[in-house]
This record gives sequence, C-alpha cells and structure tokens, in this order.
Amino acid sequence: MIEARDLTKRFGSKVAVDHLSFTVQPGRVTGFLGPNGAGKSTTMRLILALDHPSSGTATIDGKSYVQLANPLRTVGALLEAKSVHTGRSARNHLLFLAQTQGLPASRVDAMLDLVGLRDVANKRAGTFSLGMSQRLGVAAAMLGDPQVLLLDEPVNGLDPEGVLWIRNLMKRLAAEGRTILVSSHLMNEMAVTADHLIVIGRGKLLADAPTEEVIARGSGQSVRVRTPDADRLTAVVTAEGATAVPASNGNGTPATGQHADGAPVLIVTGLPAARIGELAAASSIVLHELTPQLATLEDAFLELTAGSLEYGHLDAEPADWSAR
Amino acid sequence: MSAAPATSVSPASAGQAQQARLAGFGHYLLAEWTKIRSVRSTIWSLAIFVIATLGLTALFTWLTVHAIQTGRAPRRSAELATDPVDFILGTGLGLGQLAICVLGVLTMTTEYSTGVIRASLLAVPRRLNVLAAKAVVFAVLIFVIGEIAAFCSFFIGKILVSPVASVSLSQPGVTRAVIGAGLYLTVLGLFALAIGALMRHSAGAIAIVIFLVLIAGGLLSLLDSYDWGAHIHAWFPTVAGGYITAAQPAAGQLLTPWQGFAVFCGWTALLLIAGGYVLDRRDA
Repeated sequence: MIEARDLTKRFGSKVAVDHLSFTVQPGRVTGFLGPNGAGKSTTMRLILALDHPSSGTATIDGKSYVQLANPLRTVGALLEAKSVHTGRSARNHLLFLAQTQGLPASRVDAMLDLVGLRDVANKRAGTFSLGMSQRLGVAAAMLGDPQVLLLDEPVNGLDPEGVLWIRNLMKRLAAEGRTILVSSHLMNEMAVTADHLIVIGRGKLLADAPTEEVIARGSGQSVRVRTPDADRLTAVVTAEGATAVPASNGNGTPATGQHADGAPVLIVTGLPAARIGELAAASSIVLHELTPQLATLEDAFLELTAGSLEYGHLDAEPADWSAR
Repeated sequence: MSAAPATSVSPASAGQAQQARLAGFGHYLLAEWTKIRSVRSTIWSLAIFVIATLGLTALFTWLTVHAIQTGRAPRRSAELATDPVDFILGTGLGLGQLAICVLGVLTMTTEYSTGVIRASLLAVPRRLNVLAAKAVVFAVLIFVIGEIAAFCSFFIGKILVSPVASVSLSQPGVTRAVIGAGLYLTVLGLFALAIGALMRHSAGAIAIVIFLVLIAGGLLSLLDSYDWGAHIHAWFPTVAGGYITAAQPAAGQLLTPWQGFAVFCGWTALLLIAGGYVLDRRDA
C-alpha cells in the first residue's frame, strides 16, 4: 500500500506537487493520470525518495522508502527518465542491482527470460531500442519480486505489441495481489488498464475514484435521440430541465443533425433515456433512435483538468516536458 | 522486437527472491565492484595508466641517463644523484596519474550523466552507503594497480639509471617512497572521485582536478619567497601529497613525507564529506 499525506514539492517559486494526499490499494491497477507537467513524475520520485519533499510524507506499507531494508524486494520502479549506464550490459546492470539486495545471480537470468532479453543480455544497454530499454526497466523493477510497483509512463513510445505486453503484465501483477501505481497522460490507455484512478492537475488532486465513476462523473449523462419532430421534443425535455442540442458531427464543425432517413439528431443531457422515452410517448412524438451515450475517460479527463493544464491545450501533440 | 514469453512473473522465481538474505555493506561493495569492472572507461583508463607510466618511465629515464653520459645534462646529473627514486617516480607516474584522476572523476560523474544514479539510489536509498562503498572499492583497485605500477616503474628505472647512479630498496626512504607512490595515487583517485561527487559533471570536474594536479602546484611555488606563501604551497593538497614519493625531503621542505601525506588525506576526507553531504541533500 502506498500512502501520500499532504505531499508538497516546490522548485523555487513553482509548486510541482501541492498538498497531495491519496492511498494506493493492493490488488488493483491504480492509474495516475494528469496532463504533462501535472506533477506525476515528481510525486513518484518523492515516494521513491529520489526527491526530498518540501513538506508532507510518502510511505510504503507504513514506512518511508529510506527505511526499507532491501527496498527492491518491497518496491519496484520503472522511471520515465533513463537510469541505465549506456556502456554496461543488461546482465551487469541487473547483476549489480541484485547484489545490493543480496539476491542470487540466478534471479537476473530469470528476469532476462521474463522480459525476453536473454539473447541480448551481454550487449551494452546503450545499443538498445526504446522497447528493449523499457523491457530492461521492467526487469529491474521486478528483480526483487516486489509487492509494490510504480511505473512512470511505461507504454510511452512502445509499439502496440509492447503496449499490450505491459498492459497484461500490470493486470496479472495486480491480480496476484500487488499494489500497482501506473502514471500516464494517455486517457484511453488508462481506461482499459486501470481499475482505479488518481487524477492530478498542477500538483493538486482532482479525482480519486474507480475508473467508471470518474467517467460517469466527468460529464453529465447524455442521450442521443433521433426524431423527425425535433422542435417539439426539444420543448418537452427543456420543460423538464434538460438541455437538447443538435448533434455535432464529431469534429466540432456545425452539426448536420441529419441521418439517412432525414430525421435530425439531438443530444439531450440531464435526463435518463427512459424518462425521455416516456416524455416522447406522452406527447406522441415518434422516436427513431434513443441511445444513452457513455462519456469517455477523455471527456471526463478534459473536464477535470480544464484550467489546470500546465502547458497550453491538450490537442497539441503532448511534448514530453516531464522527462528529466 | 520479438514477443516476450508470457510466463508468470513470480511462481518459479519468487523462491529465489524470498530466500535471499538481508543485504548489508558487504553486498554494496560487491555491487560497486560489478559496476566498476563492467564499464569500458575503467579498463581503458587503467590500461592507459599502466602503459603510460611504465613506458614514459623507461623513455625519460633512458633519455636522461644517455644525456648525462654524453655530457649534455650536468644539472640533471646532480638531481639524479641526490634522489634517483624521486626522479624515476616523477617521470612516468607524473603523467600516468592523470589517467587515475580521470577515472576517479568518471566513476562518480557517469552515474549522473547516464542516469544510473537513480537505479543506484533506488537500490540503496541510504545514499552515503553508495558513496562509501564506491570509494572503498575504487581505493582498493587503485591501490593494487598503483603499487604494481610504482614497483615496476622503480625496477625499470633502477636498471636504466645503474650506469650513473645506484639505488635500492634498502637505502633510507626508498621503500617508503615507492610504496608511498601507490598510496599517493590511491588518495589522488579518491580526491578526484570526491570532486566528481561535488560537481556531478565530467568535463568540469576533470578540468579542475587536472588544474590542481598539474598547474596549481607550479603556480604556488612562485609564492615560496614569502613565509606565508611557502606554507600555502606546502599545505596545498596535491603538493603535500607528492612529498611521500621522494626518498629524501627537498631542502627547505616544510612538511615531512608522512605529514604531507596526512595533509593530503585530510583534504580528501573533507572533500568526500562534502560530496556525501551534497549527494544526501540534493534531489537525484
């Protein structure tokens, strides 16, 4: 279990982590979500005692990281920033880490097999591709068979196969009862991986809830309604306090609101689909379609982080500001 | 790249992780030994050190002896006669020591430039242990290689100077000077390592160490005509440390060989403490 209490980190006048409190429970994948520069990496570095907090505490199973006797046997970490000597072989990198924990060399070979780097174990890590480096990072994190894992943007730059591999690995580890905290700025990745979400923006906690709840809470329930009698339906649902707007065609341009059969499409928010159906029936309005719309995590995320973006808007290709 | 086998993470291997003993400082020493032997800069620096030291010792000693025999260098002749050991050790080791300086700096700074410091500190979060283990392993390595180079240099030089001067380990101060050369190199390496820990950047740290070793001593000797200046010169770390490599103290030398060595050790200890403080306090 990871616990942050009132964790704060200032760099000069800039507050990177702002009185952050949360708990990461075992047995599930907890997503750590936020725009670039939100303080995800810094928070992880504070938990791992690489950075010193300005105030507050971070503990792992009740102990600060520095108090752990053989930390790699309790906590595994995959950092976003490089942490391998480019001139050292993958095997020697894992070997020296194993030696600091009193682990046998056989454990190194087991990890090389796990991540599929056995064949290149004696090659210098500087020659590795991004995917191979990431696998070496996973091997280092798993070396001590830790119960707690922190992964900072583990799928960044990986090919789809690598993404799938990391995703399945995390799920399997969580199913084994381990505590997994994985950071990402990719909302869709978190939607399929994480059971629970901690969302931060500008160092502040924005949400700490199950993934579905964050999605549900993020934007109001909306229902897609197609009817030839759009004006009357709009009047009826508006009278009940809901709002109805013509559907956009998805890329922000004014909606055609038309379907093949010519009936306009409305997006109604503020009423459940069942109630809209009842209202339509009571007013004898014909409906061609009545579909509840699930908000995506992206919608929820944008809503949560609106106003807390560190660097411009999210539409732009996210530059990797948090890398150090 | 090929897909990794989707085997389970723990079952087969969990045993290995759990049965492991609790690690302590001995394990950190072992880990630092793995680190230092597994990078090319160590092998290259030490190879250059040994080859340059022995090669230059042979070359300069032979050239000087030849010059004396052909009457080209009467002043050298006197120098060689007063303290042949100082002359022999001053030629090859004088330049070879730079390789030790570079290795000392790089041993610390490459941790930062490659980012492996993060892995090191995650494994050993009580950071002073990392610096202490690294310093011990590095010191032992340089001591062994340094003593071998010092004794080999001495015997090469002894043979080459034999036409004009005779020198042996049994003469007063000679054994101490030869052993002292290895000790000097060991502390010099730690001195460079400490500056690397303080500065964290290879180029700047190497420049400073080389300035202190090669240039600062010469500049400070200009102050010798003043009483206070002579003291500053004598207590300067790299100058004081070098006294131990001469069989006899030079005329007017303010510190004995062992006093000088102690001064050098003191400076190095201070720098290591400062380096440890910086490592402990700064974000990694």
